[in-house]
Amino acid sequence: MPRFLARVLIRPKTEIRDPQGEAISRALRSLGHEIAEVRTGKEILVTFDAADERAAREEAARMGDELLANPVIEDYEVALEPVRAGARA
Amino acid sequence: VTRVAILRYPGTWSERDFAHAFTLVEGVETEIQWHEDCDLRGFDAAIVPGGFSYGDYLRAGAIAKLSPGTQELRRFAAEGGAVLGSCNGFQILCEAGLLPGALLRNASLKYVCRDVHLKVENAITPFTRKYARGEIIRIPIGHGDGNYFVDAEGLRRLEGEGQIAFRYTDASGARGVKDANPNGSLEDIAGITNARGNVLGMMPHPERLAEGVLGGEDGRRLFESIVEAVE
Repeated sequence: MPRFLARVLIRPKTEIRDPQGEAISRALRSLGHEIAEVRTGKEILVTFDAADERAAREEAARMGDELLANPVIEDYEVALEPVRAGARA
Repeated sequence: VTRVAILRYPGTWSERDFAHAFTLVEGVETEIQWHEDCDLRGFDAAIVPGGFSYGDYLRAGAIAKLSPGTQELRRFAAEGGAVLGSCNGFQILCEAGLLPGALLRNASLKYVCRDVHLKVENAITPFTRKYARGEIIRIPIGHGDGNYFVDAEGLRRLEGEGQIAFRYTDASGARGVKDANPNGSLEDIAGITNARGNVLGMMPHPERLAEGVLGGEDGRRLFESIVEAVE
């Protein structure tokens, strides 16, 4: 089975305050940068095997829904890429 | 005799404090259960104590929601069993979908460990019946992710159904004053129940202030409430 790398990008929903982003934004301003807003998130890299790209996309979405993101507070998106045999993420 | 099970996940740290707090109430037997061997048949109530289950990896409570113990909790709650989650236990119950909403990072980004004041908003739950509605009690907190959030529709439902059990206030019961809300929680929410009223989640630790020798006993009536309610 071909191997895929899913880059799962998770962000707090826009209506959720992001105090970490606010702290970073203040720090950047202290360096003289003119910052409108900073929002933080996290990226989770999942390497796995699937029959084809469609199956891989569906499986990655299930991972996001079931565990990786909390739909109450977070949105996520998945960028999928094939992994060549012997290559590392 | 009332039988209370206390769950222990990897990283749980308040299970023995809860077991001790229940010794202050007559006629209670407690059993600490490892989450993988959890069996709540024959129990009247289940406690999900505080700590850092699975190191808070991914999100607080996110890994614990998949544990067999949490599955057993779902079954127990669906049958009407009384379930109390405190601190990390509250986070686990939200992640598991047994309670609405989620606990975000404290607005201050700091871990906060101190006594807070709570207003008892609902005194007819199995967990609060020994308190009076509107009463102000003092209970400790110790958490970094206690900032309660639920969307507007969810908040309307909580308010409409009387599901808000506790709110953060100052010692006089005032809201919106400095330091009353320790973590930025929406609407000063400190504890909520599910719609049926048999599951309560709260960030504060009632087991840490349940007897005079520890400096206060406002937490004790929560344990008395549970025992009276399930009798």
